[in-house]
Amino acid sequence: MIHLQESTQSGIIPASRSRTWWEERAPQVRELKFTLYLLRQSPLVVVGFALVGLFIAFAILAPWIAPHGPEERFWQMPQQPPSWEFPFGTDTTGGDIFSRVIWGARLDLAIALTVVISAIIIGSVLGAVSGFMGRAFDEVLMRITDVFLAFPALILAMAVAAALGRNLTNLTIALVVVWWPTYARLIRGQVLAEKEKLYVDAARAIGAKPSRIIFRHVLPNAIFPVIVQATLDLGGVILTAAGLSFIGFGAGAGVAEWGLMIADGRSYLFQSPWIATFPGLAILLSSLGLNLVGDGLRDVLDPRLRR
Amino acid sequence: MPETVLKIRNLKTYFYTYAGVVRALEGIDLDIYKGETVGLVGETGCGKSVTSLSIMRLVPDPPGRIVGGEIIYNGEDLLKKSEQEMQQIRGSKITMVFQDPMTFINPVLTVGDQVSEVITLHQNLARESVQTKIDELQGKIAQIDPSSSDRQRLMERIKELEAIRDQPPKPSRRETKKAALHRTIEVLKLVQLPNPEKVVKQYPHELSGGMRQRVIIAIALSCNPDLLIADEPTTSLDVTIQAQILALLSDLKKKIGASILIITHDMGIVAETCDRVGVMYAGNIVEVSETKALFRRPLHPYTQGLLRAIPKLHEDVEDLEIIPGSVPNLIYPPSGCRFHPRCPFRMDVCDKEFPPLFEADPGHSVACYLYPEKKTRGGRAHD
Repeated sequence: MIHLQESTQSGIIPASRSRTWWEERAPQVRELKFTLYLLRQSPLVVVGFALVGLFIAFAILAPWIAPHGPEERFWQMPQQPPSWEFPFGTDTTGGDIFSRVIWGARLDLAIALTVVISAIIIGSVLGAVSGFMGRAFDEVLMRITDVFLAFPALILAMAVAAALGRNLTNLTIALVVVWWPTYARLIRGQVLAEKEKLYVDAARAIGAKPSRIIFRHVLPNAIFPVIVQATLDLGGVILTAAGLSFIGFGAGAGVAEWGLMIADGRSYLFQSPWIATFPGLAILLSSLGLNLVGDGLRDVLDPRLRR
Repeated sequence: MPETVLKIRNLKTYFYTYAGVVRALEGIDLDIYKGETVGLVGETGCGKSVTSLSIMRLVPDPPGRIVGGEIIYNGEDLLKKSEQEMQQIRGSKITMVFQDPMTFINPVLTVGDQVSEVITLHQNLARESVQTKIDELQGKIAQIDPSSSDRQRLMERIKELEAIRDQPPKPSRRETKKAALHRTIEVLKLVQLPNPEKVVKQYPHELSGGMRQRVIIAIALSCNPDLLIADEPTTSLDVTIQAQILALLSDLKKKIGASILIITHDMGIVAETCDRVGVMYAGNIVEVSETKALFRRPLHPYTQGLLRAIPKLHEDVEDLEIIPGSVPNLIYPPSGCRFHPRCPFRMDVCDKEFPPLFEADPGHSVACYLYPEKKTRGGRAHD
């Protein structure tokens, strides 16, 4: 009898557990649905998500979508206008522009992500410590960010890239150097507001070290605005990276990179406008999409909008 | 005489502001004995909270600074300890329960994370983690068929673990986490939170105010402290929950053997929970006594005024009695006794010299010239 009871119980437990898992998550699911509802409210945001989704798909699926390789050349068919064989035409050396735009998405999005993530890491660590410690450290670090922010982003990035040497890695480093102060400032401001909150006192009262308080308690509370800023910056970085490539810092000749492709096509703008137009459109649409998504996220994460 | 847990002598904490030096604590003397509950009462701004922050050495600096005195804990002066040594004491030996459970919990960490954080910070979990493994295996044994060979294997494994339990190896990060979670659930059970296995995964905003205050108490008690400082622990809770939380505190105090310092402005809470009371006025302790004696025969004119200002259920009076005047500015405090401008029994000596705290009745000290000085205890010269 007892044995029977035990076996029925053990049979019931997994089923009831899986049901309560969904019940437990019900508020989170509702929250997510509400977020999606808010996002759907603005058609522009939906367009933004569609564009970003498209370019991410390009980046991930490039080997399968693109009809040709990024550096494949059809030497006998340079500057062909768009046709069924080459939807976006071919460039001066006979590269298929359609394929190269798709492969370019992979390269440019990778640069943008690397730059923004590195800038967030460097910026938030320095910014959080600066905001939390205050006093001399804060003063010195903020003056350093002032120096960086005083230069126009493109000029400073050019200078750094030129000093390091012209290749894609150095371009990325240059952009990180330009971008981290923005995040340091942003996080510092957030930390200044958060560190006055009482849970920081509570963390002190349980004997937590300052480093622990900064990184475990304060930073997770301060990071939210960074998500929005990062989305907006991804577009900005794509633009700047393309700009730098256009003027000759960055990718070496022949690489499927949007800025470089425009640079290649600029001398033939009147004879074969498609060479520069399609990579230009890719830059325009990808950064537009990211900006729209960023705007949408900012609205959705704004607590005043949520009930 | 019971053992003293904390001995505060002539503690002075000043705040250096643009307007001038705020003398928030002007020489506090207080003893807290083992296992007792001491109340600290007084109006807003009289220095109750500064006293608790001073004990924890958490006075915000700048502008605050502890300028003098000593706080003896375990025979050592806390004011002479380094910040690192204080971090070892905070949260494990001396802990704090805060006023507002809404804002004192970090909103982005789960309850389990926050409680187990204290446990991992202050406790050696090596033995615990071995024990957790043993418990787990025993749970498994209870479920499987008693005749199978697996059971034999599990029993052997348990024996192995029991052998190393007393000289446990250093646990890995994952084992520590698991053991801390195990202990967290135990502690949450101790503070009578319903369904602790579920609560550890929840975020603070999913809990009610009373539940959050229980979580904060769990954090404070998880390392078996010697002294728990409760800074207005029930102010933001409604009356039913207040009663529950106070009952819980005194119940746990007995279980753990901790002393409690309750800071409050509610005479009802004092009467209900405290063994002894200190009455504070404008940065001084003006009267210390056993609770019953204080309510039966308040000595200091300020205490008398406070007790008269409590609404009485058995009297049909419209207006409450008040203490005339207002709390003095602590940048320019009154000379002599700080209460003398409001005192109905003012004498000539009152605005000239500061009355020392002396024992008027056995175990009942007061700082007032109204009472003939028999023998001084913890007394001090005026400043």
